[in-house]
Amino acid sequence: MTRKQRKLTIIGGALAVLAVAVGLVLNALRDSIVFFSTPTMVAEKHVAPGTRFRLGGLVQPGSLVRGDNLAVTFEVADGGAKLPVAFTGILPDLFREGQGIVAEGALDASGTFKADTVLAKHDETYMPKDVADALKKQGYWKDNGGARPDANLKPSAASTETRAAAGAVQGASQ
Amino acid sequence: MIAEAGHYALVLALALALIQSTVPVLGARLRDPALMSVARSSAIGQLLFAAAAFAALVTLHVTSDFSVVNVFENSHSLKPMIYKITGVWGNHEGSMLLWVSILALFGGLVAVFGNNLPLSLRAHVLAVQAWIASAFYLFILITSNPFLRIANPPLEGRDLNPILQDIGLAVHPPMLYLGYVGFSISFSFAIAALLEGRIDAAWARWVRPWTLVAWIFLTLGIAMGSYWAYYELGWGGWWFWDPVENASLMPWLAGTALLHSALVMEKRNALKVWTILLSILTFSLSLLGTFLVRSGVLTSVHAFATDPTRGVFILLILCLFIGGSLTLFAGRASTLKQGGLFAPISREGALVLNNLFLTTACATVFVGTLYPLALEVLTGAKISVGAPFFNLTFGPLFFPLLVAVPFGPMLAWKRGDLLGAAQRLLAAGVAALVVTALVWAWTRGGSALAPLAIGLAVFVIAGAISDLVERTGLFRMPLAIAMQRTRGLPRSVWGSAFAHAGLGVALIGIVCETTWNSEYIATMRPNDVARLAGYELKLDGLSSQQGPNFREMTAAFTVSSDGERIAAMTPSKRNFTTRAMSTTEAALLTRGFSQLYISLGDTTAEGAIAVRIYHKPLVLLIWLGPVLMAFGGLMSLSDRRLRVGAPKPAKALRGLQAAE
Repeated sequence: MTRKQRKLTIIGGALAVLAVAVGLVLNALRDSIVFFSTPTMVAEKHVAPGTRFRLGGLVQPGSLVRGDNLAVTFEVADGGAKLPVAFTGILPDLFREGQGIVAEGALDASGTFKADTVLAKHDETYMPKDVADALKKQGYWKDNGGARPDANLKPSAASTETRAAAGAVQGASQ
Repeated sequence: MIAEAGHYALVLALALALIQSTVPVLGARLRDPALMSVARSSAIGQLLFAAAAFAALVTLHVTSDFSVVNVFENSHSLKPMIYKITGVWGNHEGSMLLWVSILALFGGLVAVFGNNLPLSLRAHVLAVQAWIASAFYLFILITSNPFLRIANPPLEGRDLNPILQDIGLAVHPPMLYLGYVGFSISFSFAIAALLEGRIDAAWARWVRPWTLVAWIFLTLGIAMGSYWAYYELGWGGWWFWDPVENASLMPWLAGTALLHSALVMEKRNALKVWTILLSILTFSLSLLGTFLVRSGVLTSVHAFATDPTRGVFILLILCLFIGGSLTLFAGRASTLKQGGLFAPISREGALVLNNLFLTTACATVFVGTLYPLALEVLTGAKISVGAPFFNLTFGPLFFPLLVAVPFGPMLAWKRGDLLGAAQRLLAAGVAALVVTALVWAWTRGGSALAPLAIGLAVFVIAGAISDLVERTGLFRMPLAIAMQRTRGLPRSVWGSAFAHAGLGVALIGIVCETTWNSEYIATMRPNDVARLAGYELKLDGLSSQQGPNFREMTAAFTVSSDGERIAAMTPSKRNFTTRAMSTTEAALLTRGFSQLYISLGDTTAEGAIAVRIYHKPLVLLIWLGPVLMAFGGLMSLSDRRLRVGAPKPAKALRGLQAAE
């Protein structure tokens, strides 16, 4: 083989692998991406039952009902609308009424959101990123961030270590 | 006083870094050895001052000086001493200080151990190192000063996030940073080579040990972080494809590719341009990781936009270094002379294949990590790219790579014999097929994918062993000769065998854990018994205790198998009053390489408690694999060719020649 042929072999091989990779990525992007919605967006858009998406919002105070065998139901609200959520499993440590959560699952025929994962992704203010963004956009964001003893302090953006860890704090039923 | 001294030390380190950035380059232009030698002393001085600043912050945390914002926000006087120390880097400012300290450490090490480098190369390398250091000193001093005081010091601190109060945190970030930042050395060498317009096999010999050191630490750091997430988060997962994790995986993939391509360059003087590019890309991905984690862009794109100082600053550093180095590369790469020829089927060819797959896999992780961010910035649509995406892209790309791994070391340089290699791997292939069939039969025809993956892992491990057997002549020659050959085998051969086998070991663990993991979730009352994977776990009772800075509720379990008591397990939930947060302390019981895992949920009104129990078969192999890889790296590092002879310049006066 000449130098040129060898070079072409390598370049050809590289392009083939790249093409395969691009194909894989596009295919995966089509199939495995999950969109994020809030209850208001769900109400407006009429999401079809069975379509998987991520639901974010605040757990409506007083709505949490624990059933048998770790079944729980609660409502997720974003100020504009409420959506009933059913989940079976252990809720994450940081799950509390009035606080933000992200649940992944799909609507059933009756309009209840069947969640198979509930995430309590949070930063220092116990607010999942998606939820905080959505609430801010809708003007329901109360930026008190809990009791801060010193108002002069900048809210520290230091929770990224926590994110690595707590980003994954979740309850799963399977 | 200590805080101000630390601050001052940091400013002095910046001043030295600025000197180190300029004077040696000037010296190289003017061919003035004295000016070039400034690099060495300033690098050592910079290390001393950075270390002093870091020591100052540690002292402040240890003495719980709450008049310093950083200590107040992240510490508490009742916190155990070990977490007072590790809390230093459990926050943004402290961890950036650790970052630059490690950068200064690597610079200092090059200065101390780089005496046999050509003078101008050393001057350039240390200058580039100082450019990076200056940028990050400025970043710390301007946006993230850990030594700021509070006007009215409070009496008590706000405590460190309880999830971070764990021994895993003591080790994981420093390891990871030693890896991340360690790649700055190969980056600096690459830039220096481009600046000098000269690169040869000796260059690769200087760079490889540094890359290897960084790679070893990064490997261990990632494995450690994964194990920490596994036991600390109470969810039993060990990898979440979280952007923060991907941020460390990308430099690892690129760094692994770099290790292999530097090998080709060292042995065969080929792939020069590619190796330079990989050095640049690897450190660029480290910088990208730092940007993703440190800028807050992951927490919220909007937070990034509303409090832009930090994010924009790091983004500027990122653009400056990545853009600058790639521009330099584009301008200068063509001047580097092309090296040796090789056939596609050869050791070089195999290493190119390795590079191809590793970098492509890295690119898919890159897309999966940044696509959601880009989409949100551009269109405002929020999507999540999770495990399914990476399983569909990363997995298929790693599969052919793993098939190719055992062939690589079997092929000769320049022109290899694929058939011969296949013959020598026959035993390994047979072993893989037998194991696949056995596993498939044993799982009674479940999914064929898992047995195949186990077979592949066995092929990789057996391939690594076959390579050693081939080289030592074991079974072919008298035992005495084989033993002699074993002793004579270069350590780097052992190193690559261990590292490759580690890959197979980790794969077995991953496949077993994900496929045959069994789970039991229920509410349990005292004296209830849970049955899982042949074990009976009896909940004996619940009790609560007071810890140093938390209250703890413990559940006592007795584990037995076939009516025989094996052990007690005590998972607990801790409530940290200062931050009003609770953490789950999972209980782990190791049986061989498998583990039983219990974590607790909420208590119900009737005195029952939600319990999650997992049986994770061979889960420990997931982390044993990377440990073997790191051990392989260590063996390779101790190879005599990296210590003896190699770093001597070919010509005595090379250091005084023109810079270009």
